Amino acid sequence: MTTGLTLNSLAISRHGAPLVQIDTHVPAGEVLSIMGPSGAGKSTLLAALTGTLADGFTTTGRVILNGRDITDLPTEQRRVGILFQDDLLFPHLSVGENLSFGLRAGGTRQQRKARIFEALNDIGLAGFYDRDPATLSGGQKARVALMRMLLSEPEALLLDEAFSGLDPELREQIRALVFTRARTRNLPVVMVTHDPAEAEAAGGPILKIG
Amino acid sequence: MKRITAALAATLLATTAMAQPDPTNWESVLEEARGQTVYWNAWGGSTTTNDFIAWVGDRVAEEYDVTLEHVKLTDTADAVARVLAEQQAGKNEGGAVDIIWLNGENFASMKRQDLLFGPFAEQLPNWQYVDTAGKTVQTDFTIPTDGYESPWAMAQVVFMYDTADIDAPLPSMNAILEWAQAHPGRFTYPQPPDFLGATFLKQALLDLTDDPAPLMQPATPETFDKVTAPLWDFLDKLTPVLWRQGQAYPQTGPQQIQLMNDGEIDLAISFSPGEASTAIANFELPDTVRTYVLDKGTLGNASYLAIPYNANAAAGAMVVANFILSPEAQAHGLDPLNLGYGTVLDMKTLSDEQKAAFDAIELGMATLTPAELGTALPEPHPSWMEMLKAEWTTRYGVK
Amino acid sequence: MRPSLTWVPRLTLAALLLPVGAGLWGVIAPLLGLVHIAGADPDQAIADLLAWPGLTDASALSITSGFGATLMALALVVLILSQLHGTRGLAVLRRLLSPLLSMPHAAAAFGLAFLIAPSGWIARLFSPWATGWAQPPDLLILNDPWGIALTLGLAVKEAPFLLLMSLAALGQIRAGQSLLIARALGHSLSGAWLKTVFPAVYRQIRLPVYVVLAYSMTVVDVAMILGPTLPTTLSVQILRWMSDPDLSLRLLGAAGALLQLALVIGALAVWWVGEHLIAALGRRWITSGARSHGIGLLRPIASGLGTASAAVVLTGIAGLLVWSFAGQWSFPDALPAPLTLRNWQRFGPALGAPIQETAIIALTTTLIALILCIGSLEAEARHNLRPTTRAMALLYLPLLVPQIAFLPGLQVLLLNWGLTSGRWVVILSHLVFVIPYVFLSLSDPWRAWDRRYGTVGRALGASPNRVLFRIRLPMLLTPILTAAAVGCAVSVGQYLPTLLAGGGRIATLTTEAVALTSGGNRRAIGVYGIAQTCAALIPFAIALTLPRILFRNRRALRPE
Repeated sequence: MTTGLTLNSLAISRHGAPLVQIDTHVPAGEVLSIMGPSGAGKSTLLAALTGTLADGFTTTGRVILNGRDITDLPTEQRRVGILFQDDLLFPHLSVGENLSFGLRAGGTRQQRKARIFEALNDIGLAGFYDRDPATLSGGQKARVALMRMLLSEPEALLLDEAFSGLDPELREQIRALVFTRARTRNLPVVMVTHDPAEAEAAGGPILKIG
Repeated sequence: MKRITAALAATLLATTAMAQPDPTNWESVLEEARGQTVYWNAWGGSTTTNDFIAWVGDRVAEEYDVTLEHVKLTDTADAVARVLAEQQAGKNEGGAVDIIWLNGENFASMKRQDLLFGPFAEQLPNWQYVDTAGKTVQTDFTIPTDGYESPWAMAQVVFMYDTADIDAPLPSMNAILEWAQAHPGRFTYPQPPDFLGATFLKQALLDLTDDPAPLMQPATPETFDKVTAPLWDFLDKLTPVLWRQGQAYPQTGPQQIQLMNDGEIDLAISFSPGEASTAIANFELPDTVRTYVLDKGTLGNASYLAIPYNANAAAGAMVVANFILSPEAQAHGLDPLNLGYGTVLDMKTLSDEQKAAFDAIELGMATLTPAELGTALPEPHPSWMEMLKAEWTTRYGVK
Repeated sequence: MRPSLTWVPRLTLAALLLPVGAGLWGVIAPLLGLVHIAGADPDQAIADLLAWPGLTDASALSITSGFGATLMALALVVLILSQLHGTRGLAVLRRLLSPLLSMPHAAAAFGLAFLIAPSGWIARLFSPWATGWAQPPDLLILNDPWGIALTLGLAVKEAPFLLLMSLAALGQIRAGQSLLIARALGHSLSGAWLKTVFPAVYRQIRLPVYVVLAYSMTVVDVAMILGPTLPTTLSVQILRWMSDPDLSLRLLGAAGALLQLALVIGALAVWWVGEHLIAALGRRWITSGARSHGIGLLRPIASGLGTASAAVVLTGIAGLLVWSFAGQWSFPDALPAPLTLRNWQRFGPALGAPIQETAIIALTTTLIALILCIGSLEAEARHNLRPTTRAMALLYLPLLVPQIAFLPGLQVLLLNWGLTSGRWVVILSHLVFVIPYVFLSLSDPWRAWDRRYGTVGRALGASPNRVLFRIRLPMLLTPILTAAAVGCAVSVGQYLPTLLAGGGRIATLTTEAVALTSGGNRRAIGVYGIAQTCAALIPFAIALTLPRILFRNRRALRPE
């Protein structure tokens, strides 16, 4: 079995017109950066990987994740995590409840709660369980969003301009955190960005599309 | 041929609609009525009548285990239309209307179209108290009731006037006209085809005509033109000096009373001798209002209850109609604090105790005594009312 | 394969359109001789309609009151928005919108009638010291044959609806940026508004404007209270014919309903042509480059008219409240001599049953409407259905087809199917009017929801249903509650559907109040009008306060 994320002759077209064609392999723990101008289909590619393509798009080829063919699976069964430019914390849930939503099912109530406290500790937010996400700073939100995603135990990670909303200093810090965590867990990462410096900083191969 | 069809229909009805009760067997009627819900369709615009119906509901629930629901109509014709629609749709049992408060043309129309259950009225146990000799309770606008409707209240036209603005009663239509010309904008009447408005037309016609005899026969175009000529002459003179110069009219009797209470008019017609006293007690008229009748007399008639042929709870409806004929209910209704409607009962048939309940009632400061009211004039044939309404609409109902 | 939701929009459309279609059929079929009504001849009915002496006046009234009310309401909204854009005055008016909108038409009309009548509150306040009137003057203000009181009343009541729809549209079209650019190019604020914002807003509120036009032409309860009586408007006359004991008059009513429908279609066509003419002229004006300078007087006029029209409705309701506590109250006393609880003691106990009935019907109808609308919107999202203009027009259809044109026909058909009357039939008939408003109120916030929340939720392992129930619905709680309040208010205000589908047996606050209006006992009307207004307002109060309580610790969702 090959580990990592394989895009096997993946081709996306919109209303019959070819948009993106890609054939590549992202090994576990590595980052593939995808660059291209707006409208080149970067976000569409990510939507194909999460299984949330809008009507009118068709795909051919296969997506293989750690040996599983996930091409036709519904989003929630793919185990593909995604981070967007915005933190997208659920505003009606507390910080702790956001994390619980992400935590994979299983375990007793107490065990689950213990996991969440541990996770909060891990990102330096101990005591934040009942906090309203709207009251957090930008960096805190980003860390909660990352942790929520990690708690769902994904097997791959997608980043959709995930750091471009942060100011430069914070960006550096969060990027380091994300990549470290991804590497520790051996996750293949696909990052979409329009910023060459960011693609450079990721340290992996850079693929230009469009 | 028609008669054969009717007989056939009657046989069919008798066999298919076995559920309909037999009025002659009162014990079985009472038995069947127990637990029934009776939908009484009555005009909902008068809060005093609404209160009275609610009181009847409480009493029949206590006494006979019959639930009474008042379906408040904006127009009695709505209920008639409902029964017609049901007949048209072939819904010959389980109908939505159980009992209707009506008289005159609505009764004539329902009777003509075989929409009524009965005869039942004269089989009701309390029929024994009804004053069939002294009061017109067996013909309705000259149409024989034939037991298809049961009387429940006597009404007679009176005029209400505000003694703060008018010194003495205006004893004839011509006196009213003269006064109105001297005081423009201070009189009006409900807009026909409203029932009370049409009554004003009939009252004016009776007062102005020299020969009321043709009014008791169905109207023909010839008799109508001849008999009503003085009425139109009168209205042509009256309309320009009416409230709002006759460019708007109150739509119902109670709206007219509201105008009087607002000080917009000083004189108004009423079809209930006790209405003014009841209204004064409820702050709906100033206490300076009094009533009077015209020198030549005023129209009177009875209000009736009828049961549609397809009523869902005919037995319960008969129980309600019978209760309303009881001395208890009639005395309650006569009291101006409750309703102020005239009774249909003959005092001579009552026990002393029952009579005492009637005698104890204060008729109210604005109510005339039976002697002052005098004998009521009979209603014309319903065809007159229909033609009067149509002609009025053509002449004054379109600006 | 996941269970498909595509049947939900279809079911929703069926709930909307079947009753309307069936009702129209029930009106037209007897006229074409396809359904026979005993004793009635279609040709005779049409001849009778043409021979009715009031036909010309009643038809003309329908047209003048419809166009008059719509033009005035639209002008008021344009004036307010162009002059008061971004001011505090607009914020205040915006706050008043919900109570103004939810006020049942009958209650508002009655309040207005008492306010402006010659013996009304305004005259009482100024008499006799300023006017010298010891008795009310004999002035034809209400029920005037030209329908002026009716038209003004409708304009005042419909303006809040158009204002609300315009504000919703403004939110979508980035008005602020367009204005900034236009003003930078040297246009005055109002000129810039008219040139850059109004065309876009109007495109969005077109269907609501059509609804106002059709409604104003055909309204029954308001016309019964404020409208002329010599003759009445066509719609009121149709109701009379339809409820006459004489069967042949029913066919006459059907013929009238058909005429009313034709008038509405014709009026909509005329309006449509007018729109295009004005658009062409407007384009010439916009491209002429002319820089109009704001007329200083317009802004106070806009605030004045906006305030006045809101004040008229609210004062009218205050009048109802005072009447409900009034003892003897003669002209020209400004207030009743004794205030008394007697009216409430007398009429209050009877309120219980209609309040219960009103609540059951409104809540059930709203719940069904919410389920259907949320189901449809969710189906749209899951199956990537695009709301087409045509589908939106279908949504407006029940609001465009006059109630008086199809409800009587529906009554006949219901009878034929054995669905005589009862609560469920009333609920079904209310759904026809509640669904469109719930949908219109919910669809924008629903579609505006950031779908990436859904993607994140799914990527975290949640099924579509879990995303719906755990994320989307809670996040959209405020707009859902608002839509529910709108639905309740619409249901509470329904008169004709309740009367006709309920067979007169279903007594709600509105049917009771309108029945009392025909009587004219102001104290009883006061009590029922206030109860009716409360029934419509309480859901709005809940929709406003509940999210504040639930989200007191959730800043991003707390309403301002």
